[in-house]
Amino acid sequence: MKKLLTTSALVAALGLPQFAAAESHSNLDPNAKSGGNITVTYKDDVATLDPAIGYDWQNWSMIKSLYDGLMDYEPGTTELRPGLAESYEISDDGMVFTFKLRDGVQFHNGRVMTADDVKFSLDRVTNPKTQSPGAGFFGSIAGYDAISSGETESLSGVKVIDDQTVEITLSRPDATFLHVMGLNFASVVAKEAVEAAGADFGKTAMGTGAFKLADWTIGQKLVFAKNENYWREGLPYLDTVTFEVGQEPIVALLRLQSGEVDVPGDGIPPAKFQEVMNDPAQAARVIEGGQLHTGYITLNVKMPPFDNVDVRKAVNMAINKERITQVINGRAVPATQPLPPSMPGYTEGYEGYAYDPDAAKALLADAGFADGFETELFVMNTDPNPRIAQAIQQDLSKIGIKASIQSLAQASVIAAGGEPDQAPMIWSGGMAWIADFPDASNFYGPILGCDGAVQGGWNWSWYCNADIDAMAVKADSMTDPAKVDERLKMWSDVYMKVMEDAPWVPVFNEQRYTMKSERMGGDDKLYVDPVSIPVNYDYVYVNDVQ
Amino acid sequence: MLAFIVKRLIQSALILLGVSLITFALLYLLPADPVRQIAGRSATPETVANIRAQLGLDQPFIVQYARYLGNLVQGDLGRSYLQKTEVSTLIASRLPASLLLMLGAIVCELVLGITMGVVAALRRGTATDNALMMASFIGVSAPQFVVGLLMLYVFAVQLQWFPIGGYGTLAHMVLPSITLGILGAGWYSRMMRSSMIDVLRQDFIRTARAKGLGRMRVLLRHALPNAILPIIAMIGIDVGIFMGGIVVVESVFGWPGIGQLAWQAIQRVDIPIIMGVTLVSACAIVIGNLVADIASLFADPRIKVR
Repeated sequence: MKKLLTTSALVAALGLPQFAAAESHSNLDPNAKSGGNITVTYKDDVATLDPAIGYDWQNWSMIKSLYDGLMDYEPGTTELRPGLAESYEISDDGMVFTFKLRDGVQFHNGRVMTADDVKFSLDRVTNPKTQSPGAGFFGSIAGYDAISSGETESLSGVKVIDDQTVEITLSRPDATFLHVMGLNFASVVAKEAVEAAGADFGKTAMGTGAFKLADWTIGQKLVFAKNENYWREGLPYLDTVTFEVGQEPIVALLRLQSGEVDVPGDGIPPAKFQEVMNDPAQAARVIEGGQLHTGYITLNVKMPPFDNVDVRKAVNMAINKERITQVINGRAVPATQPLPPSMPGYTEGYEGYAYDPDAAKALLADAGFADGFETELFVMNTDPNPRIAQAIQQDLSKIGIKASIQSLAQASVIAAGGEPDQAPMIWSGGMAWIADFPDASNFYGPILGCDGAVQGGWNWSWYCNADIDAMAVKADSMTDPAKVDERLKMWSDVYMKVMEDAPWVPVFNEQRYTMKSERMGGDDKLYVDPVSIPVNYDYVYVNDVQ
Repeated sequence: MLAFIVKRLIQSALILLGVSLITFALLYLLPADPVRQIAGRSATPETVANIRAQLGLDQPFIVQYARYLGNLVQGDLGRSYLQKTEVSTLIASRLPASLLLMLGAIVCELVLGITMGVVAALRRGTATDNALMMASFIGVSAPQFVVGLLMLYVFAVQLQWFPIGGYGTLAHMVLPSITLGILGAGWYSRMMRSSMIDVLRQDFIRTARAKGLGRMRVLLRHALPNAILPIIAMIGIDVGIFMGGIVVVESVFGWPGIGQLAWQAIQRVDIPIIMGVTLVSACAIVIGNLVADIASLFADPRIKVR
């Protein structure tokens, strides 16, 4: 027997807040006004709008507004909701997902989206010729290995049953699969547009999203225009969103103050942060929220003396995290563990390694390094990272560890981390892990698991514990929605065991500060949306229209 | 004359070849792997290897370079690794803005530099002269990033005479042009001052005055054209200085030129874009120098071609 999981069944099972069947209406803001334009600025030009390619926080939210996937998130939250899928069934063994598509959803060119488009999009993103940085997320779909090695161009696990039904078979149980289907990489694209544009598809857009791409002047601006036929009725509120690129954050702030800009996409420049926060008029327009981010120091367990767990624990105790958050004007909270506090699976009440330089020195002496040692700390060379590295350097010197700072370009630090014998310590700032999707597993595999501890991998501490890896696999095989709490407990245990081995020093979890113009409306949570940074364009509005 | 130009053209081509080789080699030696930037952090080693092979980055250096040159002579600069767009398209869409900014900067440095230089020369030794030379000294030494932000703050934010950065109208051009041109203006005012003082001492000026011409007429018809020659010949060389300056100035003013493109590409190790912008800039510098040489031939017949 298969169980039917409609929207309400899902929320009941997962213990999420109840929402009605017509969920798009329940999210409509009674105070919202339709119309108007907002201007968002960025320093960098937008690299691409191809949902299979785009993987930076700037284009992530843009693509979210241009495209839809089968799954989606409640605005401003980490709760899954059906997107282009109206409902879905999961087989008892958790291996087969059958998605029923919404009726009559149109692409921006007017063509009706069908199950063939879903299949085409998933085949495309996993095809190595597409060079998608997100292909790896689909590894649990049956036939992934065949397409990945180039044997075939079609995922055998994705079947079109009829125009409205897609059946996806997995090769292994994957409790995160619905989150994967909510990633931008799983967005449904129109085949004819991809074929017409070829390699230049990333400079165009053809999806089913709330906005369509109206204009893109390279190096200057992009204009998104409201999709009048959007399938979520009443949305979006704004007529247009204009993204002006090439704007220094500090200039963007000046323009915001003079009313020319509504959201500075790069945030408040660090040098101006205190000034803005000390001015009540400006501070009132800043919205603070958590983000799924952890900044950490990796300790390379393959390089002596960090192969000694006591040395790693001593380093953990030597770092004054509170003071490091002050280096960035308090825009973060000290971290105790790999997971950020807002992530399901976070271990409440765990204190981590408390700051205690004397105990650290004693532990280091017991480990045979009474006089300390010399080592290197790799760090990305953009502010504030070198300053943070100096704070770390000072803390280490108090227990006798002399760390010389290697301040390099981002790509060079990443390259050094991917070699087993190059970087004894890396401060992760500027390259730190931000969750791809709000699930506890996302902080493990590539950065703490054995899979990532390979040449060119992202596990820069080269930590590989087979027992913990087995636990992680087991946790991700628990696809039964009824066992969701048990699964999260298991993930919590995974990270606690990791902390016993101390391959990382978790330092802080960055907070987000989004600044907006006075005329902008909508719930505060839309401005710190965990999946749409800086704001959820589909749901925000302006007050000075009508 | 023709032989000289042909010879210089051949030299220029060799210089460009050298630039391409050195840049390509430096990017090849960079301890950063563009493939991993493309493949993303969820990629398996097999995916990374696959993409590396697709881009031909698994080939030896000499093969990669030969292939790049082969495409280059056909006018193909390749595609951006991360944007997947043709590099030539990206550069072509941004080059006009950079050229416009340079034109603005040239006008600005000439107008400011020559005026300041002439006035200082005529008021030589006075407080005006000292003040002007002090100003030119500041212009030469001030970092463009600081000048740009100061200009924005004073003239755009406080006085609201100009828009706060951006591109499109003549008003948008004023502040970035001044910021980019201020360095040249400083140089030129000093050159103009000494050149002017030199010319004013010449016999023909005294003759012109002696035959009863007015001060202004002597200045404009006789002194200025002679004093300005060395400056005109310098403009071509300025192109090189501008190429460095636009990276900063475009960034401060949100000017959509190739400087911004280069800056972003460097941060993301997008090698085809870095190569493309470097080559285009090198071309501009080579052409600028060529024009400067030819211009000085015409400007001063005393220069002999050997």
